Amino acid sequence: MIFVTVGHQTPFDRLIRAMDDWAASTGERDIFAQVGRSDIRPRSFPAMQFLSPDEFDRRMREAKAIVGHAGTGTIIAALTLGKPLLVMPRLSSKGETRNDHQVPTAAYFSSQGYVLAASDEKELGPRMAELLAYRPQKTLPDSASPQLIARLRSFIFDELRAGGGS
Amino acid sequence: MSASQSRKNRKILAVSSGGGHWVELMRLRPAFDGADVAYVTVNAEYRRDVPGCRFHVINDATRWNKFAVLLMAARILFILLRERPDVVITTGAAPGHFALRFGKWVRARTIWLDSIANVDELSMSGRITGRFADLWLTQWEHLAKAGEQGSGEAAGPGQRRPEYAGAVL
Repeated sequence: MIFVTVGHQTPFDRLIRAMDDWAASTGERDIFAQVGRSDIRPRSFPAMQFLSPDEFDRRMREAKAIVGHAGTGTIIAALTLGKPLLVMPRLSSKGETRNDHQVPTAAYFSSQGYVLAASDEKELGPRMAELLAYRPQKTLPDSASPQLIARLRSFIFDELRAGGGS
Repeated sequence: MSASQSRKNRKILAVSSGGGHWVELMRLRPAFDGADVAYVTVNAEYRRDVPGCRFHVINDATRWNKFAVLLMAARILFILLRERPDVVITTGAAPGHFALRFGKWVRARTIWLDSIANVDELSMSGRITGRFADLWLTQWEHLAKAGEQGSGEAAGPGQRRPEYAGAVL
């Protein structure tokens, strides 16, 4: 199954429509999409607005590939499972987010070999062909970097309250 | 009090909104080992991620809905007064803002970890709230001021920049 997910904030119909077009043109039917608060009804595959965390995890684990917005929740979840992931960034100009933070996120994670990225719906089809043969060059362990954990532990457990009033 | 005793007694309140903010917070858990941790977030279903920990659910709010924002702020203040944490840690966004500002009132030390999603610039909530944190962290080296500690005050509060100390990756 190819699992498509757009997170739980605003809809991302541009991605769902592009996947629907790709599915129609290739005949791929083993797709399931989580589409957020949207009335969109893809022709080629089933979709649900929201999934419980358990259901989301199950879909992620069972997927052979994942297509999503460039949110860090989606990226981290896919990479801890070592799954091939294609991201397309939401754009503020299309009303899909407040700002364009997903553009550099997609650029960073794709440049580092973690994910594939499609900058828009026109690029999605060609990247889908790559995704089915893609294996991420890097995956993620279950927790943050040892450097960050150590810094937090030292602040939490070792540093004394500074002065008081400040 | 011995070091191991004080370590056991450390109370942490870990706060985040949903989605990526919560996923990033979950990746910090090894830093809390040995402390008494309570969580605050916006989705009751996340409880399954932190079995055995106290867990508080608050409403979600964007800054456009004033009533929801006030309700969120009131709930966070109530939770802080009940929990009385030694340390408040947050990955954002709106719940983290209130937890961090009100955390000072209960004399907690505070940590703001800006989300890794903010590659080009600090998050808006991070720019507003981070400078009030005792430990202000960015996950991007280029967003930290070279050579300056996030908990330092050398440049004065107005020019404070976050510290870089690794990422959730």
